[in-house]
Amino acid sequence: MTTQPETAADDVVAPPAMPNQSASGFGGKPTGFAATDVLAEGFGTPDTVERARSTPDDLQPHAELGLKDDEYERIRQILGRRPTAAELAMYSIMWSEHCSYKSSKVHLRQFGEKVPQNTRMLAGIGENAGVVQISDELAVTFKVESHNHPSFVEPYQGAATGVGGIVRDILAMGARPVAVMDPLRFGAADHPDTARVLPGVVAGISGYGNCLGLPNIGGEVVFDPCYQGNPLVNALSIGVLPVQRLQHKEAAGVGNVVVLLGARTGRDGIGGVSVLASATFDDAAGQRRPSVQVGDPFMEKLLIESCLELYDAGLVAGIQDLGGAGLTCALTETAAAAGTGMRVWLERVPLREPSMSPTEILASESQERMLLIVTPENLDAVLATAEKWGVWATAIGEVTPSEAGGQPGRLVITWNDHVVVDVPPGSLADDGPVYARPLREPGDLILLQADHAETLPRPSTPDELRETLLRMVGAPNLCDKSWVTEQYDRYVLGNTVLAQPEDAGVLRIDERTGLGVALSVDGNGRYARLDPYEGAKLALAEAYRNVVVTGAEPAAVTDCLNFGSPEDPAVMWQFSEAVRGLADGCQQLGIPVTGGNVSFYNQTGAAAIHPTPVVGVLGILEDVARRVPMGFPAPADADGDLLFLLGDTECELSGSEWAWVTHGHLGGRPPRVDLAKEQALGVLMARAARAGLAVAAHDLSDGGLAQALTESALRRGVGARVSLPESDDPTVPFVHLFSESAGRALVTVARGHEQAFVELAAECGVNCAQIGTTTGEPELEVRGQFTVSLEELRAAHTATLPGLFGGTAELANRHGAPEEAQRPESTTLAPETPALPDTEPSPGPSVTLELTDPARKGGEEPREGAADPSGS
Amino acid sequence: MTMRIGVVTFPGSLDDGDAARAVRLAGAEAVRLWHGDADLHGVDAVVLPGGFSYGDALRCGAIARFAPVMETVADAARGGLPVLGICNGFQILCEAHLLPGALTRNQHLHFRNRDQHLRIGSTSTAWTGQFTADQEILIPVKNGEGCFVADARTLDELAAEGRVVARYVRGNPNGSQRDIAAITNEAGNVVGIMPHPEHAVEALTGPSLDGLGFFASVLHTLAGAPASSR
Repeated sequence: MTTQPETAADDVVAPPAMPNQSASGFGGKPTGFAATDVLAEGFGTPDTVERARSTPDDLQPHAELGLKDDEYERIRQILGRRPTAAELAMYSIMWSEHCSYKSSKVHLRQFGEKVPQNTRMLAGIGENAGVVQISDELAVTFKVESHNHPSFVEPYQGAATGVGGIVRDILAMGARPVAVMDPLRFGAADHPDTARVLPGVVAGISGYGNCLGLPNIGGEVVFDPCYQGNPLVNALSIGVLPVQRLQHKEAAGVGNVVVLLGARTGRDGIGGVSVLASATFDDAAGQRRPSVQVGDPFMEKLLIESCLELYDAGLVAGIQDLGGAGLTCALTETAAAAGTGMRVWLERVPLREPSMSPTEILASESQERMLLIVTPENLDAVLATAEKWGVWATAIGEVTPSEAGGQPGRLVITWNDHVVVDVPPGSLADDGPVYARPLREPGDLILLQADHAETLPRPSTPDELRETLLRMVGAPNLCDKSWVTEQYDRYVLGNTVLAQPEDAGVLRIDERTGLGVALSVDGNGRYARLDPYEGAKLALAEAYRNVVVTGAEPAAVTDCLNFGSPEDPAVMWQFSEAVRGLADGCQQLGIPVTGGNVSFYNQTGAAAIHPTPVVGVLGILEDVARRVPMGFPAPADADGDLLFLLGDTECELSGSEWAWVTHGHLGGRPPRVDLAKEQALGVLMARAARAGLAVAAHDLSDGGLAQALTESALRRGVGARVSLPESDDPTVPFVHLFSESAGRALVTVARGHEQAFVELAAECGVNCAQIGTTTGEPELEVRGQFTVSLEELRAAHTATLPGLFGGTAELANRHGAPEEAQRPESTTLAPETPALPDTEPSPGPSVTLELTDPARKGGEEPREGAADPSGS
Repeated sequence: MTMRIGVVTFPGSLDDGDAARAVRLAGAEAVRLWHGDADLHGVDAVVLPGGFSYGDALRCGAIARFAPVMETVADAARGGLPVLGICNGFQILCEAHLLPGALTRNQHLHFRNRDQHLRIGSTSTAWTGQFTADQEILIPVKNGEGCFVADARTLDELAAEGRVVARYVRGNPNGSQRDIAAITNEAGNVVGIMPHPEHAVEALTGPSLDGLGFFASVLHTLAGAPASSR
């Protein structure tokens, strides 16, 4: 049974003799790791199938690997013997919560059951990522995933490899990855550990994503003490493919060659999915650093280019990325999907560390690797392409027939002629345990929901209101996030039409037709804590709204469900409610969930995070030139443009940012969500965008109307004057400014178009009220209440994150001073180093006005910096 | 005749497609050049694009300068071929000693991406002839290692000889000495610039159209230059 295919061990391609070898860390001779060396180094015979048969009573560390007693018994039943050490490791990985979805499966089925088949869907749940057709020729694929646990243990590499992993999922579908987004959640902004985690996570995303050449077009940065020991680092990627380039993971075609492409395999990430991602954190979390993978974005860039070249040349019969669960997952899933068997010679896997055991090779989560299924006649061409890009490619096995009687084939893995694995691949990939875990509403929920924020003391005078506004726009969750987003490249690839801080990222997909997509990803753990069913719907509604305000038509959904331990019935109840809410919501909106990820065990000790469903919505724009941006444009004349508030404002303060910031309060019921109204808003915005009726639009969510006005005004430094409804109750203006009622948007309409817009809103059934105008003055005025200059507003909005995590000035003091002392030109350097526009008050109205140049539309307004003092 | 402008792709180049798009929008033909191919395929000018050639291993641009294509580019540049190095391309030109100085880690140690105002300092290079003296332009800057440094004598020389092509104004994004954003060689045919003109060539995707000026300038230069000087 061990006939070696012609593609023997010397079919190993070394990178070409380019100077990159030595420098990029993958130098060394590909044949220099011969496994005999390993044996010579004193490693004994591995645990073989033969040995397992003859020593049935050997004790095995299944519990340490995360397998329950009954799960271990089932493995013995499946195999008819005890598993070998390598097999045990493989089952522990594939049957982990992370890979098997054993606790979530019974709930996730709703996503398939509740949404009617959508003709746009080319691939859905179960594939590496969902694929949505957007024109006759083109499709996009997108997905969001978590990398929470690794990012807490080792923030830089955890976050970096989170980006790398999701990008490979997109690549595996046949798509060129074209953008990333990162919804991030951290503990309290001023907690010392947040100062460790956040800068590391942001630098990791920046370091990996930027080097990969993918624009980062949006995401979230949220702070809440519930994430202190369990930050959430979710990563979303989107890719584009010609419809006919769609790839599959099936290892079809008996006799086809199994090729491992990309980085060499090392000891990093062993136990990542089973030990790290599938258990609750305890005091030993810091010792798990070796379970975090280490990323090399340069290798991933080469991997992307070589895979795309292989797809275009039609050289790939099947492909699967290696991420969590590494080679184990890729081998078993590709074989199981095809029903074939597979024969793998493990000693051929190029190693970074020659002493690795077969178990370690199978369990390694080393990054930047793909598994290809290739016909024998195409093998040389595949190896040549890999060589062109300087990527390792190694034939490690072949596809074997299914068993007699049509039974699926077996996965047989040898290591230097020792059979270390002989299993039915489906038992690992598809037939893992499934649990209907007990559910119980959290005991404190009734009391929590009874504790409304609507009864908290509210500001009632103009001065209090003004002070509240300045405090709110500088709150960590509402403040300017440039400290984070300026570390991301948003321009690369040249198709970014809108990026953060816009409501949604908008990408041009087809340069000839202007066809594009809008993407937003949102979540609100506080809402979900108060009501996970409604909270999930609210997350969906917000992402949906963020997409529709750009004028795009929503088409598909991806989700990342971040929860505590599924072994806690209260957490499991939250999970089941959130999934039900999201599935119901998607059904009502008619947009399918195309894929996503579940992250359990976001919990330290008994303290779970807020249930945090994060939802990404993808919309389609027929012509991105028609997209509606967020910021007020410079008004055409002194009268300004007209501001309309769409939707209904109720007194909904429970779970709001205001209740949290000013009272430290979380209780009551989250805002009511009416998806029919969200849909009507979507129809209105799409039609208004097509007709060119809206010059700007911004959704209302956290922080309410006050936040929307602030962000819209500061975007391009254009002021506004608004009037709020009059009432005898002095707190009514406050409610209108800070209530977080769903289904609302602030739309700017140029004079002359107001009648058409109002009529269109009526036709679409959307309530619409003119609340004010933009102005030529650099200030925000709430009539009868207060006026605040944009300068003051910007200072309050932008100072927070640099104050917490270090602005350029602080760094200049810490790192720049000694350098300056050595440099004769330090005198010229010093004045401009404080490029610190982030924290310094802006220079004043004249500059602010200058920034409203209408020719600059399409990009961000430049921040006012210190005027050039030297001109040297 | 349509001018042909080469855009080099190194392993790890990222803005090569954008540079090619900018060349096309300026009205020239973009010719993709491969790092391992020493042949310039008869192009009239070369753009070294942004990115992380060879993963920025060792030092930004340090390995790329030894790529086969760079030996030809360096020879041709010394012979007068217009060459524009953007971001990583600027770093490569410095490593190749076609331009003086070096680009080091941003002083604040972060990668920074923002829309940046520049003031054009020299309009007598092959790549800036279409700008006016002291013109202020707005193009994106995005780098982690864009802090230009050189010894004082070099800085004085650059200033005295009018070889500072652009300076940062309204804020220095990376701590570059004397706010230097772009410089040229003595002949004015080789320009290195840290910000990205290729990202400011379309109203839809850029903060302005100011980046087109660099590409329009070289086409104008080439149209007016005698063939022998190329």
